[in-house]
Amino acid sequence: MSAKQQGELKVWQRRTPIQHWLNWAGWFIAVAIFVYCWQLVSDKTVWMFVWDAPSQASDMASRMVPPKWSYMSSLWRPVWDTINIATLGTMMAVVMAFPVAFLAARNTTPSVRFVRPVALFIIVSSRSINSLLWALMLVSIIGPGILAGVIAIGLRSIGFCAKLLYEAIEEIDESQVEAIVATGASGTQILNFGIVPQILPAFAGISVFRWDINIRESTVLGLVGAGGIGLQLNASINTVSWTQVSVILLVILATVIVSEWVSARVRHAII
Amino acid sequence: MLRIDNLTKRYKTGDTALKSVDLEIPRGQVLALIGPSGAGKSTLIRCVNRLVEPTEGKVSLDGLELTTLGTGELRRARRRMGMIFQEYALVERLSVMENVLSGRLGYVSFWRSFTRRFPQEDVTEAYRLLERVGLDHMADKRADELSGGQRQRVGICRALIQDPALLLVDEPTASLDPKTSRQIMRLICELCAERDLAAIINIHDVLLAQMFARRIVGLQLGEIVYDGDPDGLTADKLTLIYGEEDWEATIEKVDDEDDESSVEAELEAAL
Repeated sequence: MSAKQQGELKVWQRRTPIQHWLNWAGWFIAVAIFVYCWQLVSDKTVWMFVWDAPSQASDMASRMVPPKWSYMSSLWRPVWDTINIATLGTMMAVVMAFPVAFLAARNTTPSVRFVRPVALFIIVSSRSINSLLWALMLVSIIGPGILAGVIAIGLRSIGFCAKLLYEAIEEIDESQVEAIVATGASGTQILNFGIVPQILPAFAGISVFRWDINIRESTVLGLVGAGGIGLQLNASINTVSWTQVSVILLVILATVIVSEWVSARVRHAII
Repeated sequence: MLRIDNLTKRYKTGDTALKSVDLEIPRGQVLALIGPSGAGKSTLIRCVNRLVEPTEGKVSLDGLELTTLGTGELRRARRRMGMIFQEYALVERLSVMENVLSGRLGYVSFWRSFTRRFPQEDVTEAYRLLERVGLDHMADKRADELSGGQRQRVGICRALIQDPALLLVDEPTASLDPKTSRQIMRLICELCAERDLAAIINIHDVLLAQMFARRIVGLQLGEIVYDGDPDGLTADKLTLIYGEEDWEATIEKVDDEDDESSVEAELEAAL
């Protein structure tokens, strides 16, 4: 913002001349960096492989059709497992995220200096490791199967749910809490009457949203042996049965569409 | 009954909100606390039930020193002080009945309150109070479905079901229209008379304060500059409390006090 006197007139410009030049220089540097990076990537790419990408892709697509629909009969069970992994994992995460969120939120944590950092560390460590990596580790610890998948999904989701929930807790209306405190209520009663009713819609929304994400994540857990439809996907790719792969991809697509529809309906009903 | 001695509050920011305030309120007296925004009215009543911790000074209720109480004793003492808020501070997502019953939280165990199994006497009393303020048919509505005036009535019920000796009332009419404001003020004063309750009512509106309170205390920059009858509030006194302004119109209205319709008309005109 800069106002300038030009005779009788007061001229207004959004930026001062210095701000204007700095802005221009910023854009120039950003474009220069982009061009430089593009060149680096280009030098390290074998363009020969890229040029025939369209023909490779159309070749793979032609081997994928027609989908082998008879394979469906052996997919129902893995799809059911996948949904169960996502659902049980989400339930586990939600139950554990609830207390963690209260410990992490500034306005409810027992100690900002000692307890809050621990809760934040739990959240960060859970979020920083992808569920596929959690599954990889858990398969070697507790063996392959659905249980490893459920725990992997659960551990990955604690951080996500706790983070969104503690942000919701920090945004509550303090005057409602104050009113409950003023009646002489105890700490747990303040939680139950003053805070929980305010975050319940956020809590339900977050849980359903995470369940929706987990359906998608649990479809690939089978790649590392943690159960679900990914096992079949892995086996089909290894045996180069592309017609089976296309059936599996279509089934995953259908499952995800259904889960999105369900979560949208549930969220709509709650909020 | 309530005795405030040498009460001082300094906030961490260095602002002194109250400068050694002394005040004594006998049983059954309704006192209006007037003063400009930032004069320390809210701080004063919040120091009484220690939603804000006083820096120095003593507050005692029926001889019980409040400023030195431990957590448990403070909770028991808070049961005897009902509080009514500017923005009603109802828990929006709980029903009217739950909001009223939350006034009993200091008396019931966590488990009973968690399962919402309040003693029958409390429920009977809640219905009686809701009937008294004309909202018994609204008991199962959610608090956020109510209009401003209705919400404030629920807030009054929540304070009264505590069976308090003292009401702390923070700007009860600031969010209400002129007609509802008068109805709410009349209701508070009637209920105080019925139950022989003392009350401190923070209020901006000098006219309303003069109409309903028998004693007026003017606060300016954390100090009491007026303490006396509504009639003694002359233009000079108002200038002392609020600063220089033409007060003639405000004072004229006091003379019309018995003639309610003309006050109403002038209020409407003033808006």
